[in-house]
Amino acid sequence: MSVLVNKDTRLITQGITGSAGLFHSKMCKEYGTKLVGGVTPGKGGTTVLDGVPVYDTVAEAVAQTGADASMIFVPPPFAADAIMEAADAGIKVICAITEGIPANDMVTAWRYLQGKDVTLVGPNCPGVITPGECKIGIMPGHIHKPGRIGVVSRSGTLTYEAVGQLSAAGLGQSTCLGIGGDPIIGTKHIDALRLFNDDDDTDAVIMIGEIGGSAEEEACAWAKVHMKKPVVGFIAGATAPPGRRMGHAGAIISGGQGTAEAKYAAMEDAGVHIVRSPAEMGSKMVEILKL
Amino acid sequence: MKLHEYQAKEILRRHGVPVPPGKEAHTVADAIAAAKELGGDFFVVKAMVHAGGRGKGRFKEVVSHDVLEQVLAGAPDVPGKGGVQLCGGATHDEAVAKVQAAAECMLGNTLVTKQTGIEGVPVKTIFVTTGADIETELYAAILLDRQTSRLLLMASTEGGTEIEEVAEEHPDAIHKVWADPVTGLGAWQCREMASKLGLQGKAFKGAVKMFRGLYDAYLAADASMVEINPLVITPDQDVVALDAKVTIDDNAVFRQKEIASWYDSSEDDPAEVEAAAYHLSFIKLDGNIGCMVNGAGLAMATMDIIKFYGGEPANFLDVGGGAKKDQVKAALTIITKDPAVKCILVNIFGGIMRCDVIAEGVVAAVAEAGLEVPLVVRLAGTNAEQGKQILASSGLAIIPADTLADAAEKAVAAVGSK
Repeated sequence: MSVLVNKDTRLITQGITGSAGLFHSKMCKEYGTKLVGGVTPGKGGTTVLDGVPVYDTVAEAVAQTGADASMIFVPPPFAADAIMEAADAGIKVICAITEGIPANDMVTAWRYLQGKDVTLVGPNCPGVITPGECKIGIMPGHIHKPGRIGVVSRSGTLTYEAVGQLSAAGLGQSTCLGIGGDPIIGTKHIDALRLFNDDDDTDAVIMIGEIGGSAEEEACAWAKVHMKKPVVGFIAGATAPPGRRMGHAGAIISGGQGTAEAKYAAMEDAGVHIVRSPAEMGSKMVEILKL
Repeated sequence: MKLHEYQAKEILRRHGVPVPPGKEAHTVADAIAAAKELGGDFFVVKAMVHAGGRGKGRFKEVVSHDVLEQVLAGAPDVPGKGGVQLCGGATHDEAVAKVQAAAECMLGNTLVTKQTGIEGVPVKTIFVTTGADIETELYAAILLDRQTSRLLLMASTEGGTEIEEVAEEHPDAIHKVWADPVTGLGAWQCREMASKLGLQGKAFKGAVKMFRGLYDAYLAADASMVEINPLVITPDQDVVALDAKVTIDDNAVFRQKEIASWYDSSEDDPAEVEAAAYHLSFIKLDGNIGCMVNGAGLAMATMDIIKFYGGEPANFLDVGGGAKKDQVKAALTIITKDPAVKCILVNIFGGIMRCDVIAEGVVAAVAEAGLEVPLVVRLAGTNAEQGKQILASSGLAIIPADTLADAAEKAVAAVGSK
């Protein structure tokens, strides 16, 4: 089954004619994702990438192609609107790759999605991949291997690092979820753990957090009671100075809140197998699965 | 993006939030003119720096090194005058003379506070403002609550102290209401808050109006925080924002043209300003292993693993997802400019970014600027093999590493044991 996306997922790209949107649509298509269309307002009726149709609106794209997932590369000033457009058109999984969306725009978009049957991943994220079936996002497909480990992380390249370690150790992945580094994101750690917990094709999870906010603590409080599968955890930013935004808009320790130590403590309390070295995420997983 | 107090108050004033009259000044003459224009026999002169702890800070050119050490240690009673000075007199002229003395003490000098470190920050602007008579000090803030993805109005009866301290010692004194973006912060929610704070009559009405003004200002300015501490009730039951802190969401600065033009970069680290020009995310740290990494999470993790193996990172540097050759070059140049750097660790996990592009950038930077410290390079992911070949055939003394752990160990070994 895997999580959120699989071989039957029908993808459109919002912002498909921009350079990043077009390049990554091509990469997803080459990976084997069913890319059924794209949306760029004003360019409806044209095609890209050897016959992928472009539409003016998401509603039109859904009506014509039966798309159920969208990958968003729309520039930051218009990206929150694009998220709401996708949800309104009945898209079920929205991956917002765009980095730099104003937080107030996301407050509105997040509110708009409440009560709708839709899952938002991101924004400011690498996307979602179910190896061998469907890649939605900017991650390098070739480092992944089909398998039974779920990965969830706020960061892009650090997710690749974890995947690389797993693949090198012979452990494939069920689904890898890059949930994004912004203060407001659609799918949080707690949601990802819930999905993996209920997924028959996932045996264990690597959970990668980072400084800022309290999403890891909330996920751990849930996991302590409900999580049936082993979790390996790492928190990035133990050496980050307080009060500085570490690249990601959400990665900041403010007023003593959001420290790596508080998150590690929550993980330990929830029975998560923590690693203090990011080089040991894969080897720790091998170790606990052999127990 | 941080704003100065006078800028924050200008934004609030435009949204109907009562603030004491005041004027910024860049020269002593301006300060005197400001005080004369404001009138009265009591002023407060404040140094406009972004660092906190201004009142307890001292001026480098005015006090001895010993006194500065006390400031940095957070000693309670440090001799000398600080970055916030009360200028009251029996007459208007006497008060203005004190404003002049305060301006002379501050302008052009360097303020050292607990937060600035011994280098301190230059004071180029001061704010001359009238005070307000205080009956009660409260606290109020609008901020983004990440847990609920909504804006939060938070207020407390414990004004004048750091809210973190209040949260720890009197959590019951902090009240919160959440705004639904569909309706905005409701007038009833503002009344609920004023009621929880125990306000009545004129002060109750004034506070309700102020809360709504703070919320409007937050949205209009694309703030990421609006904090009023203290929010003052005067003996006449007027409600006044005596101090104000506003920060703007960096992601929204593009549509806040006027506020963006107010930005004061004089406190920024020059290396960070240079890095920003190349769209690099760079933060200077205290260690001696310079880092260049792609991706914020991996950049933090690289700092963490350096520390894990007993080393100290000299910086956080994210070259981003799609860095070009000249950005890689600029990143390495910025790192090598720091005299504290004794080794450089390049850690790239290529996704969108191709390792061969990184390798070319590294070779070009080293060929042009030379290399005086050991350089450890770890390349993984897209085109990693081509990248490694480019480095190997360059003839440069680059230390190759295969894994994250290998790279960190080699970098720590290169700077020698602590």
